[in-house]
Amino acid sequence: MSASPTAADTAATKPAAASAKPKYKGKSGAQILHEMLVTDHKVDTIFGYPGGAILPMFDQLYKTPAKFILNRHEQASGHCADGYARVTGKPGVVIVTSGPGATNTVTPIATAQMDSIPLVVFSGQVATKAIGNDAFQEADVTGITRPCTKWNYLIKDVRELPRIVNEAFLIATSGRPGPVLIDLPKDVQVAVAQEELDDAPREHVLRRKKTAMSGGSQKQVMDAAELINKSEKPVLYVGGGAIIAGASDVLRKVAEKGNIPCTTTLLGLGAFDEHSDLSMYMLGMHGSAFANYAVQECDCLIAVGARFDDRVTGNLATFAPHAKIIHIDIDPSSISKNVDVDVPVVGDARLSLEAMLEYVEHRDRKDWHAQIAAWKKRYPFKYFDDSKHSKPQYVIEEINKQTNGEAVITTGVGQHQMWAAQFYRWRRPRQMITSGGLGTMGFGLPSVMGAQLGAPGKVCIDIDGDASFLMTCYELATIAEYDIPVKICILNNDFQGMVKQWQDLFYQRRYSNTPMKNPNFSKMADAYGIRGIRCENKCDVEKTVKEMLAHKGPVLVDFFVEPNEHVYPMVPAGKGLHEMEMGTLA
Amino acid sequence: MRHVISALVMNEPGVLASVAGLFSARGFNIDSLVVGRTENPELSRMTVVCNGDENTLEQIRKQLAKLVPVAKVRDFKGAAYVERDLCLVTVSVGPEQRSEVIEIVTLFRGRVVDVAKSSLMVEIAGTEEKIEALVELLKPYGIKELARTGVIAMARGTQQAKEEAAEKQAAGGKRKRSLNAPAQAALPPS
Repeated sequence: MSASPTAADTAATKPAAASAKPKYKGKSGAQILHEMLVTDHKVDTIFGYPGGAILPMFDQLYKTPAKFILNRHEQASGHCADGYARVTGKPGVVIVTSGPGATNTVTPIATAQMDSIPLVVFSGQVATKAIGNDAFQEADVTGITRPCTKWNYLIKDVRELPRIVNEAFLIATSGRPGPVLIDLPKDVQVAVAQEELDDAPREHVLRRKKTAMSGGSQKQVMDAAELINKSEKPVLYVGGGAIIAGASDVLRKVAEKGNIPCTTTLLGLGAFDEHSDLSMYMLGMHGSAFANYAVQECDCLIAVGARFDDRVTGNLATFAPHAKIIHIDIDPSSISKNVDVDVPVVGDARLSLEAMLEYVEHRDRKDWHAQIAAWKKRYPFKYFDDSKHSKPQYVIEEINKQTNGEAVITTGVGQHQMWAAQFYRWRRPRQMITSGGLGTMGFGLPSVMGAQLGAPGKVCIDIDGDASFLMTCYELATIAEYDIPVKICILNNDFQGMVKQWQDLFYQRRYSNTPMKNPNFSKMADAYGIRGIRCENKCDVEKTVKEMLAHKGPVLVDFFVEPNEHVYPMVPAGKGLHEMEMGTLA
Repeated sequence: MRHVISALVMNEPGVLASVAGLFSARGFNIDSLVVGRTENPELSRMTVVCNGDENTLEQIRKQLAKLVPVAKVRDFKGAAYVERDLCLVTVSVGPEQRSEVIEIVTLFRGRVVDVAKSSLMVEIAGTEEKIEALVELLKPYGIKELARTGVIAMARGTQQAKEEAAEKQAAGGKRKRSLNAPAQAALPPS
């Protein structure tokens, strides 16, 4: 995360003056937590849902200076906080009750864990005495969330609370960020601190933050620079870590100085301006053919904050066969996990690249750039206007055009997600908000709400699929209640499109449980009190997008799109990146 | 390849579950896992014996180190260290063969800790190989019950001194070469 000191640092370094008013003494657990959130950790937006075991905390929220968003389901609270975190870089905060309230947050927590998003989730718990007795709304929440959190806590004594809250924020935001859950028994929320409490994070937690705030060692950096300078055909392969580290400025400088073409992963979209000549857009399973070919041909692959996910590499045995690999990552366990790395650079991506910038030298690499230009010309992302329905890609192009590529976009998961990645032109970090690692359908709607609340002045659009949208569509109620001015674009093909695509290609078009009979989405929006528009004809797309963007409040548009369209290129499972199915692009 | 990995962890709830969960979630196999206190009440030592190739072991080490309450991880592969496993074994043996068994046990520097009419309980400590060798020899008499603690391990004094020296040097060197060091201009251009 950013190198700026957090509240946890200051809390840790500032000894409580003996004469000063006690900070914690005489206050209840819930009161302490609320004050710490608002004052120490500057939390301005909280998402959640009340319930029995968290009532003392909600009593504190009755008059809170922070904005509390009452979602209609705890899953949406988690995704909202995730969207908020992705757009602001600050940790998202969720407060839910015990048992089902907490288990409903498991999907968003796992989503955040896979994509390294800082969340701090507070779940109520039955009173400490009742724990383990199968009490009403009891669940072993620390047990359930252990594999999908960066760390979690069960607070058994109010005296531990300030320290644990500070540690949780520190862990969530430092190094490779991730979700942290704190399980809060009801009696701990009620208990009053009898003495002044120690709130300093313990040494082993602080140490993690310190080690994460440096770049790679000078030797690693210089070895990397030397390898880059020697290479004829280098490629930068940039992931979400570059965005988390705030490395996009220095990344551009390194790419321009070294004259190195750059491709990004799905989560890395926006880290590198796609209007640059050096940009090769996204790589991977549905990435651009030129990026994939370039990776397979390159002699030096510079991975920045990326983790060689199987959706990026395809068949590992044939991945980047000629390349020496440099890997800049803050998480040592990501290095040489899937692919053997020649030069590891362990550390913060921004600091590492800043150090590297000095040593990277300009090279012409004429042949390499000519080769890539030829691929770009031969295999652009494209589609044919050959259907009576509008093509989904066309809708996204139109949104891109009318928003000047400036909007914050969230997506669900599936074909629409890939088309958004391919046809929107990403220009800046934190612009593309999508569930990459876990692939959580239903992510688009709640995350766009969180994003909009985190970036109030910006146009925030959820490009969604009909199936993804329906998974969390109840959030229309929340959007209406708080009048969150998000734009919802459903690319409606009455199918789970991506699954259908696989059934088309690999299961002889046996559409097992992929066709969906959808409601009338625009009427549905109307029923919730949100402007609903239906766009059935392709000739209306342009003016409908205009109308959508001109509408001040929340608005939903149901775009009827061609159901038989496939996402291409596509690297079939088990194939190498160069063995793409080109489909209609061929 | 067999590796003995030792981890110093904070003595707090959930650590054992996290470590065990990590092994199962990532498909690593554990031969034995021992947790016990150390001289510092805040720290416990976990000793894990596991099998796998170099890459798997590297992942195990890194994933362990990533857990928040894990203070230090080391793999004893290739280092000078002492490992011990403690085994209790009850052998079904009557008076006529008793002395025979006791002789074997003495050769292994084991001890008889319980004697009954038709059985003997033996205590033996040592490396896994040594224990397995003794068990092999006792098998013909009939083993009634057997319990083992699993391996604990520690680096030898010479090894520790060597590592501390290396660490000191590395730390010194690192500081000089660290990115934030002011002396960057002195570095050779590449």
